[in-house]
Amino acid sequence: MRFVRRTWAVVRKDVLIERRTKETVNAVVFFSVLLLFVFEFTLGADRERLAAVLPGLLWLAVLLAALLGLGRTFVLERENDCWEALLLTPGDKGAVYVGKLAGNGLLMALVETIVLLLFTLFLNVDVAGALPGLLLVLALGTVGIAAVGTLFGAMTAHVRARELLFPVLLLPALVPVLLAIVRSTEALLAGESLGTVDHWLKLLVAADVIYVVAGLLTFDVLLEG
Amino acid sequence: MMRSLGIVAALGVVVAGIVAFGLAPREVTQGNVQRIMYVHVPAIGVAYLAFILVFVASITYLWTRAPEADHIAHAATEVGVLFLGVNIATGAIWGKPTWGTWWTWDARLTSAAILFVVFVGYLLVRRMTDDHERGARFAAVVGIVGALNIPLVHFSVYWWRALHQPPTFLKPGPAAASASIGWSLLVCFAGLALLGAYFVTKRYAVLRAHQQASA
Amino acid sequence: MVAATGPDPVIRVVGVRKVFGLAPVLDGVSLDVHGGETVGLLGPNGTGKTTLLKILATVIRPTRGTARVAGHDCVREPEDVRREVGLLAHESHLYEDLTAMENLVFWQRFAGERVRNDSLRAVLEEVELDHCADLRVRTFSAGMKRRLSLARLCLGRPRVLLLDEPFSSLDQRARKWLEQYLQDFAARGGAILMATHAFGAELDVADRLVILVSGRLIVDAPRGTMTADEIHRFYTLHTEEAS
Repeated sequence: MRFVRRTWAVVRKDVLIERRTKETVNAVVFFSVLLLFVFEFTLGADRERLAAVLPGLLWLAVLLAALLGLGRTFVLERENDCWEALLLTPGDKGAVYVGKLAGNGLLMALVETIVLLLFTLFLNVDVAGALPGLLLVLALGTVGIAAVGTLFGAMTAHVRARELLFPVLLLPALVPVLLAIVRSTEALLAGESLGTVDHWLKLLVAADVIYVVAGLLTFDVLLEG
Repeated sequence: MMRSLGIVAALGVVVAGIVAFGLAPREVTQGNVQRIMYVHVPAIGVAYLAFILVFVASITYLWTRAPEADHIAHAATEVGVLFLGVNIATGAIWGKPTWGTWWTWDARLTSAAILFVVFVGYLLVRRMTDDHERGARFAAVVGIVGALNIPLVHFSVYWWRALHQPPTFLKPGPAAASASIGWSLLVCFAGLALLGAYFVTKRYAVLRAHQQASA
Repeated sequence: MVAATGPDPVIRVVGVRKVFGLAPVLDGVSLDVHGGETVGLLGPNGTGKTTLLKILATVIRPTRGTARVAGHDCVREPEDVRREVGLLAHESHLYEDLTAMENLVFWQRFAGERVRNDSLRAVLEEVELDHCADLRVRTFSAGMKRRLSLARLCLGRPRVLLLDEPFSSLDQRARKWLEQYLQDFAARGGAILMATHAFGAELDVADRLVILVSGRLIVDAPRGTMTADEIHRFYTLHTEEAS
């Protein structure tokens, strides 16, 4: 119960601060819109080609926006000098991890919604048919990306070249998740059933479990000074 | 102890060389270039051994904070990255005359490349963190997540390729069942593994000496 | 708060050594602080005062030696130590974009407890910040932030206060307030270890002074047995010896 309370405290605090400053959300949303334009300019001439690479582009947009937002997770703590206090308050530090993960998950959900909307409107993607399956893939993929992103975000918050090290650590670690969600999205948008991507979904679940457990177990160590 | 290991390793490499380039059968279609497989395949085997060691040593370090565990993890990562690099490079060298391109996005090469970057990340984290002890802790986390990722990378990359390409590209030779090829591979693996072990012990000693000098 | 000034020191540091990179910041430091005592930790800047406080607060681990607070080892039982200790550091540990009340609500909830608004308001009254409960911390002066940080600390009812330059950039009124607060805390049996590099009037709260120079404790004496000049001479003497 204390764990839940602690986690909730972190989530509520981050949402409250974000609502007031709107720093991360603004940057990430704006960035997604810009990406849409970039995709249109670079690939839009050939409609068929665009349609073929759409699942990849969708997730590329989400991933790039996530890179922006996830890396900032703990910068807030460092800027406000609260890092130590999070460590020094007695209680399971894993609650900080889960709280930040949940916050990042919310941020990514926001980005995904916006990207999907923009793609549907401007690039003529029809997602209606595939929606339920797509939502499942999105959810599983988001957990995986957020789990690793939060972990590495905590790590790189204290490193000098954070903007460099964070993507270098995150992207290779996310390759399995990325492959799984792009392939699944591709299949679903092509009208196939959820059953055909069964193995990818299993991989996503396995990855999510592994990453979250690893995060919970190692997070204390990252908070230490 | 390190000395005798070094001698054994040197012997192992010599024997492996003889086997690879002299005793093993000449492959019919590819010719002598195929012999590079005797370095390419064992190299990744040694790399995997190294990364398993990194995994265990990193967990041990986070649990006990014993600097020795950290040195082992560090040394093993360096050796693992080295052998991965050899695997990738020999894969490219093998590929060029055989299939005409330096790089193919086939499952094995791609997996190796991804793992290479992951564990280079381990080394980067150490280098870019100001406080050494903190860097060691962070690197241990990267090592643990990286090692856990290995099976995930394998499956995902393999399934990814399986949909788009027939899985032929870097199969070792015409008859995987050929006994002499199998034995040769084993000998070369043993030789390279000994070399890898020697490198790890040497590196460990250097890291340990460095730490003791500054304690 | 337990008013125990028993035979066992609340803080016990034995032979602590801390090395960052190549240079030792603390080189064999031993120190005892009893309940009800206020110890001033003096020394030139950069000599490891903050490091010692952080080791006691369990933020960092010593390279060698032991540190114990209220009978718990800082390295082996950090969570138990954290329950007893409050660290008032250079960092305010406050969220600038939240109000004073919201900060306290967060920290209370984050400690795993139910939020009780009335008790939080009472705490704000104690530190004379009840009239700014709904103002953002960004608008606070240094003194107000210091008071709010203390309020946050005392939510946990610690037995030990570790203070790092608590009087710096405080105006006269805030200083008096803090002095009184610390005296009340010590009177209730709490132990205080206070680091400062100045040696003016703020030392009046201390019962004992210890001087840390080049990573070593060179003096441990009751306050009042040394003048400011003598203290200053200790600083320079030792650094001269070292070089």
